[in-house]
Amino acid sequence: MQILAYLIPISLFLGGVGLVAFVYTVRSNQYDDPEGDAQRILSGQYDDKPKT
Amino acid sequence: MTAALRPSVSACPACDAAPAAAALADAAPLPDARIALSVPAVHCAACISTVEGALARHPGVKSARVNLTLKRASVEADAEVSAAELAEVLAKAGYEAHELDAGTLSATENDKAGRDLLMRLAVAGFASMNVMLLSISVWSGAEAATRDLFHWISAAIALPTIIFSGKPFYVHAWNALKNRRLNMDVPIVLAIVLAVVTSLWETSLSGEHAYFDAALALVFFLLAGRYLDHRTRAVARSAAEELAALEVPRATRVCEGVEDVVQVSELNVGDLVLVKPGGRMPVDGEIVDGRSELDRSLLTGETLPVFAEPGLGVSAGEVNLTGPLVIRASAVGEQTSLHRMADLVAVAESGRSNYTSLADKAAKLYAPGVHILSALSFLGWYLYTFDMRTALNIAAAVLIITCPCALGLAVPAVTTAASGRLFRKGMLIKHSTALERMAQVDTVVFDKTGTLTAGAPELVNAETFSEEEFGVALALAMGSSHPLSQAITHAGQAAGIRPARLNEIEEVPGYGTQGQLEGRRVRLGRASWVGADAREQTSAYLSIGDAAPKAFLFADSLRAGAEEAVAALKDAGMNVVLISGDTTGAVETLAERLGIERWVAEALPEDKAMRVQAMSDKGQHVLMVGDGLNDTAALAAAHVSISPASALDAARVASDIVLLGGDLSPIPDALVTSASAIKRIRENFQIATVYNVIAVPLAVAGLATPLIAALAMSLSSITVSLNALRLR
Repeated sequence: MQILAYLIPISLFLGGVGLVAFVYTVRSNQYDDPEGDAQRILSGQYDDKPKT
Repeated sequence: MTAALRPSVSACPACDAAPAAAALADAAPLPDARIALSVPAVHCAACISTVEGALARHPGVKSARVNLTLKRASVEADAEVSAAELAEVLAKAGYEAHELDAGTLSATENDKAGRDLLMRLAVAGFASMNVMLLSISVWSGAEAATRDLFHWISAAIALPTIIFSGKPFYVHAWNALKNRRLNMDVPIVLAIVLAVVTSLWETSLSGEHAYFDAALALVFFLLAGRYLDHRTRAVARSAAEELAALEVPRATRVCEGVEDVVQVSELNVGDLVLVKPGGRMPVDGEIVDGRSELDRSLLTGETLPVFAEPGLGVSAGEVNLTGPLVIRASAVGEQTSLHRMADLVAVAESGRSNYTSLADKAAKLYAPGVHILSALSFLGWYLYTFDMRTALNIAAAVLIITCPCALGLAVPAVTTAASGRLFRKGMLIKHSTALERMAQVDTVVFDKTGTLTAGAPELVNAETFSEEEFGVALALAMGSSHPLSQAITHAGQAAGIRPARLNEIEEVPGYGTQGQLEGRRVRLGRASWVGADAREQTSAYLSIGDAAPKAFLFADSLRAGAEEAVAALKDAGMNVVLISGDTTGAVETLAERLGIERWVAEALPEDKAMRVQAMSDKGQHVLMVGDGLNDTAALAAAHVSISPASALDAARVASDIVLLGGDLSPIPDALVTSASAIKRIRENFQIATVYNVIAVPLAVAGLATPLIAALAMSLSSITVSLNALRLR
């Protein structure tokens, strides 16, 4: 049962990291143009910034 | 409100600020302009790089970004770069582009409410996954201290999440209670609160059952339904706003002989406004200078252009055809007849919002039902065991199990699927209950001009002219932008006629075009000017020298898909009626051509509305399709209404559905889709009922463990979502 002391915080932490990453993507407008993002990956231009 | 309170001479606060802004601009370098362009043709990766590249190469442009989802390009550029320039650049690159009014668009530029919901949904999802993991350990046999520890950790995750993610429900439920109504959110909130309170109580007494996972799953599923609902509306709203933004409100003001282009909102009563040929009147007023012809078809339904000369009154929305006109404004902005009509429509619309949707009807039955059931089971168990804790536990289980996950998802999932399907066919659903009302339609009323017909005339008697006569007419017509001239040009070019060589071609605004052919005067234009007897039908007259004038006859060309739409509607057993403000002859011809048996001609706007009202009073459910100002009252009076995107803003405001393309053929499809959508919604309600019939007795009997609640809830939500997907 000792293992629970590690596993529960770790699982919560990992979930939290996912949540923070999601909040970041919403805040930086990454869901504004889903269709365009799907197409842009096909273009040869290097595009290193999300839409501002 | 602040603008109204301010003692200002001009109509809007922006005008007051304008001189200050101008002074500032002189001092500092001009700020960057943000320009929005609608580019309807972009659809692939290559389009994106072509459009962005073309825009970025234009001098003065700092950055350009295409949004493929909205088919829009947003450009940051120096202040001197104009949208018209950029549209031209794109036209050269092969893409049609239109300027959008940034002010109208700003509301949907970043969708704040949608993001807020998405954030709450994500938090609820994160929390319910973690709590579910802990719950699974409990269900699979964690005992005593371990179980309590897991319950406390669940509580620690669930409490803040429920407070944060459930906020939309609390707000809605509170608003409903404040107005002494019950809506779906009231039982939801009660179930959440009761589940959390009893779970906390159980946990503190180290009990076996806690419902943290159920409460979180409930919030998660319901937020998913809300978000779907929001997405559907947001897509419709942004497209509707884009339609409105396409009409950039600018006018040319003449001030002591100097012309300058200003925003329509800056115009005042008494200003002189120049309207060029092809332009739309921005104000109500009186013509003080110039001769031309006016196209009033959007306002009255008549297809024949009206002769315009100084002294004639004009209203906003009419189109100037041949010559420049100077107008003295007598009413501007909100006071124009166009705007007053739109306001009247808003009043008439509030009557339509009395329609209760299926979901509301279900909620009205449902909310008191579950509360009574839960209260009864509490009372019954208390009297049976005299144990408060057991009784409360069972009452909470009843509320959680009956909670309307399926109901909350049933309607949004179906309407999202249906409106997405209609959107791809070019129809935009603006009103939330439009689909349901559409499914009841049994009578379809069409307007003529601009709806069934394209509003552009077509030459019908080309064969009665010799090649020489046609050549002369073609040469005269090619120099003019009058719709009848353009129809002659089209017909002539299609027949391969070569224009005659004419000298001294000139257009006489309001009358026609004249020129010289080998010393003889030739004219194409109005009957009185050419010296002919006017006919009833839409016509233009050609005179060559002293020969008797001959008439070119025109008929309105049909809008694409009109024949198919009418035929399909009649096949589906609908009552098709044509009501128009145009002359009897024109309406009769069209009705015969389309096979419509019931038609009314020369109907005034009030007539139209009254006839539609009379049909509704007889118990018919009327779908009105119209585009003009003369239709707006009828559009608002009808059970459901559709207008094409080319319609006036006032008509689009009044209608529930906007046809984005020029094609009418999706209308019968829309009726079929809405009927099947309603069928799916009903099925979903049945699924939810069946599930309640099985689960509720279990809960009342005290057999519902948290595991059963979680299983039943997820199962019913997934079933209704899958059922909604069948609509595609």
